[in-house]
Amino acid sequence: MTGERPIGEDDLQAYVDGRLTPSRREAVKAYLEDHPALADQVGQEIEQREALRARLSFKAAEPIPSRLRIANLMAAQRRPPRGRPAAVAAAVAGLLVGSVLGAAGGIWWSSGPAQLAQTSVAGNAIAAHRIYVGERLHPVEVPAEQEAHLVQWLSRRVGKPLSAPNLTAQGYRLIGGRLLPDGGEAAALFMYENAGGNRLTLYARSGGTDAQTSFRFESRDDVSAFSWIDNGLSYVVTAKVDRAQLLPIAEAIYRQFEATGEPAKSRL
Amino acid sequence: MDEIAALLEPQIPALRRYAWALLRDHEAADDLVQDTLERAISRWGQRRQEGDLRAWLFTIQRNLFLNGLRQRKARGTQVGEDALNDVQALGTDPESHAGLRDVLVGLDALSEEQRSLLLLVGVEDLSYEQAAKVLGIPLGTVMSRLSRARARLREFMENGRSTVLRRVK
Repeated sequence: MTGERPIGEDDLQAYVDGRLTPSRREAVKAYLEDHPALADQVGQEIEQREALRARLSFKAAEPIPSRLRIANLMAAQRRPPRGRPAAVAAAVAGLLVGSVLGAAGGIWWSSGPAQLAQTSVAGNAIAAHRIYVGERLHPVEVPAEQEAHLVQWLSRRVGKPLSAPNLTAQGYRLIGGRLLPDGGEAAALFMYENAGGNRLTLYARSGGTDAQTSFRFESRDDVSAFSWIDNGLSYVVTAKVDRAQLLPIAEAIYRQFEATGEPAKSRL
Repeated sequence: MDEIAALLEPQIPALRRYAWALLRDHEAADDLVQDTLERAISRWGQRRQEGDLRAWLFTIQRNLFLNGLRQRKARGTQVGEDALNDVQALGTDPESHAGLRDVLVGLDALSEEQRSLLLLVGVEDLSYEQAAKVLGIPLGTVMSRLSRARARLREFMENGRSTVLRRVK
């Protein structure tokens, strides 16, 4: 044994993994014979390594689902986002940054192919807007003073990371938010107010898909709404303004989510 | 395109196994793998030609997993080790094989990094150098952390839940 490197934990780990050269392996074996307690531990670690491999082997043996076939994934990337009517697309030309792939943004736990009808979400959002913006005493459940709590709470209930965009550049400040039911699911409503007392709402609920759509405009009476789906969330921004006034606000919100939606920069 | 498919597809079974081991949910695991593959395809050009494809893919997948975890476990703006460590509050495991289940329960007792190390080295057969790359830590650190992870798993299997509950909260 003269001149030989002493046995270290790296040797023992490589022994467990069966990655030692034959001569080193013999050296570790001899060492373990002299240290029965340690030999017992190493033996257990080898057993547990084997048990883990055996327990997980079924997964690698499964046939690959077709949605993971590279050809299918590449074809999907070349397809333009669905649900984009040409007229609307033209109206918001230059707005849609990011492809379907960019929208994938790492929010992978939201699965489910249920394509949500964007229009019905917009209808619910407009209804919620009408009911709550006129409310004097209790327009929101949680006030903006508790923004961190509000965002965290609504994210948990909606099941997706949300954030309340900063609209001070557009003259609106957050006054708070509330939780709403929407077709049996939870939706979040953020409410903003400008200096003139006009209120704007941003409605968000899980969209059930990672597909990305362009802006869709709707107006009911004097209320305007832009809706879109991004990163698995359906958004609707609603206010009592005309389309031309609302569009830059919707763009600002969209851009903020685009910026914070990057996984590496995510604030949430 | 054929080249990309020819190189990526052989890696898919291992990526699915690692994803499932982290998430224990078939759908969510395949979502994670799909995101990994999409990202790999879109960044194919940025892959260093002689680079290690396997380590690269596992790195992407683990980072996406951690990002998802951070977003999901968001507690205010602060997300620390604990949020990463107590992620898997698993109830009954439908995949349970009598007698073999314990080792997965033991795996849950470890931190995410320890879990990933045991999976990448012990199951996916990544070299220690590749594992160091995926985890972004030096080779020597891989060895000592691997040693600690295995010791903790062993202790858990010997002593049962009590030590783990104390550790987590």
